[in-house]
Order: sequence, then C-alpha cells, then structure tokens
Amino acid sequence: MKYIIIIISSIFVNNVVLSQFLGICPFIGVSKKVNTAVGMSAAVLFVMVLATMVTWLIQHYVLDAFGLQFLQTLTFILVIASLVQIVEIVLKKIAPPLYQALGIFLPLITTNCAVLGIAILTIQKEYNLLEGIVYSASIAVGFAFALILFAGIREQMETANVPEGMKGTPIALVTAGLLAMAFMGFSGLV
Amino acid sequence: MNQLQNFSKGLLRENPILVLVLGTCPTLAVTTSAINGFSMGLAVTFVLAMSNMFISLLKNFISDDIRIPAFIVIIATFVTIVDLSLQAYIPSLYESLGLFIPLIVVNCIVLGRAEAFASKNDVFSSIIDGLGMGIGYAIALTVLGMLREFLGTLSIFNYKIFSGDGALMFIMAPGAFICLGFLMAIANMLVKKLK
Repeated sequence: MKYIIIIISSIFVNNVVLSQFLGICPFIGVSKKVNTAVGMSAAVLFVMVLATMVTWLIQHYVLDAFGLQFLQTLTFILVIASLVQIVEIVLKKIAPPLYQALGIFLPLITTNCAVLGIAILTIQKEYNLLEGIVYSASIAVGFAFALILFAGIREQMETANVPEGMKGTPIALVTAGLLAMAFMGFSGLV
Repeated sequence: MNQLQNFSKGLLRENPILVLVLGTCPTLAVTTSAINGFSMGLAVTFVLAMSNMFISLLKNFISDDIRIPAFIVIIATFVTIVDLSLQAYIPSLYESLGLFIPLIVVNCIVLGRAEAFASKNDVFSSIIDGLGMGIGYAIALTVLGMLREFLGTLSIFNYKIFSGDGALMFIMAPGAFICLGFLMAIANMLVKKLK
C-alpha cells in the first residue's frame, strides 16, 4: 500500500515539474518536439534511479557512518556528474543503439536539478533503499508524463498566432501554468 | 571592458532570469512571497560573487580537462557555507527555502558565469560580474515575489495593501508559471526598446 501511495503521489499529485518546480530547464528546453521529449524522459528515468540508488548507499554507508553529513551537497553533485559520465561511456561501448537514442541528452542531465533534488529528498524523507528506488522511478515517470504532454501541446502551438513579445519562452511558461492548473485537479487524490 | 558596464549588464540587458532564462527552477519555487525571493537572490549573489572570485584566482592552476568538476567543487563549497549558516542563524528562512538552497549548486547561472566569464577574466572584473549578475537575479526574484504575493494575498513584504483575500492561485504552482511568463514578455519588450 505504501508503495502505491508513493507512486500515485509522485506521478500525479506532487508532479516533479508542475508542482515541485524541479527540472524546469529541460522542461522548457527540450519540449519543442515529442520525439526529443521521449528521449529525454528515458534518459532521466535511467539516470535518476541509478543516482538515487548510488547516493542512498553513499549517504548511509559513507557519510552517516563517518559523520560527514555536511559534505552531502558536494559529494552528491560529484557522484551524479561522474555517474552520468560513466553511463555515457558504458552505453557507448555495450549498447550503441541506446547510446544513439539517449546520447545527446545525457550530458544535459548533470545540470538537471531534479536528479540532485530527488537524491536529497529521498534522504530527507528517510526512505529505505527500495522505497527510494520506487520513489525516484515514479518521479521520473511523472517527469516524462508532464514533458511529453507539454511537448504535444507545443507542437500544436507552432501554428498559433502569438503576440510579438510573448513568442518563445513566455508563452511556453503561460502554457505550463495552465497545465499546472490542470494537474492541481489531482490534489486530494492521496 | 568598462567596470560599470560590466556590472550593469546583468541588471536588464543580460538579466539571468528574464533574458538568458537560466535558473528557472528556484525562481518559480521560492517566489511565493517577496521576502523569500529577495533572500534567495542574496544567497545566489553571495555564491556567484565568491565562486567567481575563487575561480578567477585559480584559473591558471586548473587544467582545462577537469575544469568543470573543479568549478563544481568550488561552487558546492560556497553553497554548503550558505546552507549551514542559514540553518544556524535564520532557521525560519531555511525552512521556507528548503531544498532550493543546496540546489544552487546546479543553478545554471553560477556555472555559466564561471565558465563564460570568471575563467577568462581578472579577479576584480569577475567579482563585479558576479555581483551584477547576482543582483540582477535578486531583482527579478524580488519583483516576481512581489507580484505573486500581491496578487495572491494583496500584500507586499507582509504589508497589507488592500483588505480582503487575493487569488490564492498565484501563490500556488500555476501562478508562478503565468507570472514569470508575463514578466519575461515585459522584459523582452523593454530590452527591444533599449536597442
């Protein structure tokens, strides 16, 4: 039951982009086409689960064990950055088609604050390892859900007649606001 | 470059939020009130100025291949300083900014300025650049915070302007996106006029 609540609440109710404001940069940046949105979502899912797993282990077996909690921010960001690099190298070697698909999105993920944010939140919420994995996976699915929906809307918007000053990012933000309003309908679900 | 120009470019012409569109996540999340936006702006200004200074000082010792991780370590150090000091001295603020203090590390502005400016220029101009960009960021955050606080609760900096209730939606997520969208459109028009 606990896992179901985690899943529902992180995909719909506390959607990572539309209600927690994490990962807005890729949300605005790579949402012009549905194809790229799908690629980005897959890369985020992959890295986020891996990063949460590794940072959880580091927090519990290194930082807590030696009383080094104040190094959390520094360690986590370095771990995530090197993890992304390793994933890139490994994928290139063993799964070239996957690398082709995810390749260009991987470096962008280092600066995706959702990955670091979820790693820290998992520690703050005192989840155990399995809960952490479920939590990060459902957050990533929520991210994918919002990103792909938004990309679909933006593709349609290409043809719309937008006032001069609102073109580009401003109208995208207003659209995201309306999408966030729609997502507010899910609150109270859990 | 003229130091004054160097300082003022971050205020509007290259404003990190409204024109460059960097660091949007904390912008949307912390601007539920003017005071939160302002404090977040100050925290980022501190991190920007200090990390710009240190990166500029160390630029000759950091080899090109590992410069990004080195920059991140320097930035993370100052973020940790801000994080721990806020936790110790202003716990209420720490509570309301929450997760977004450690997330200054991945704020694109800080790394962006390190890479684009501090790693190429002398110490003094780097500090000025950091301060200018940081203050531009703080201004944008404060304005957005004021706008949202006013529309949401009809008060600014906790000071009640009109009696009655505002539209609560502006304090919540949708209002953040919509307000920033309009603010950005206004800034775009201003920049165009200045040219």
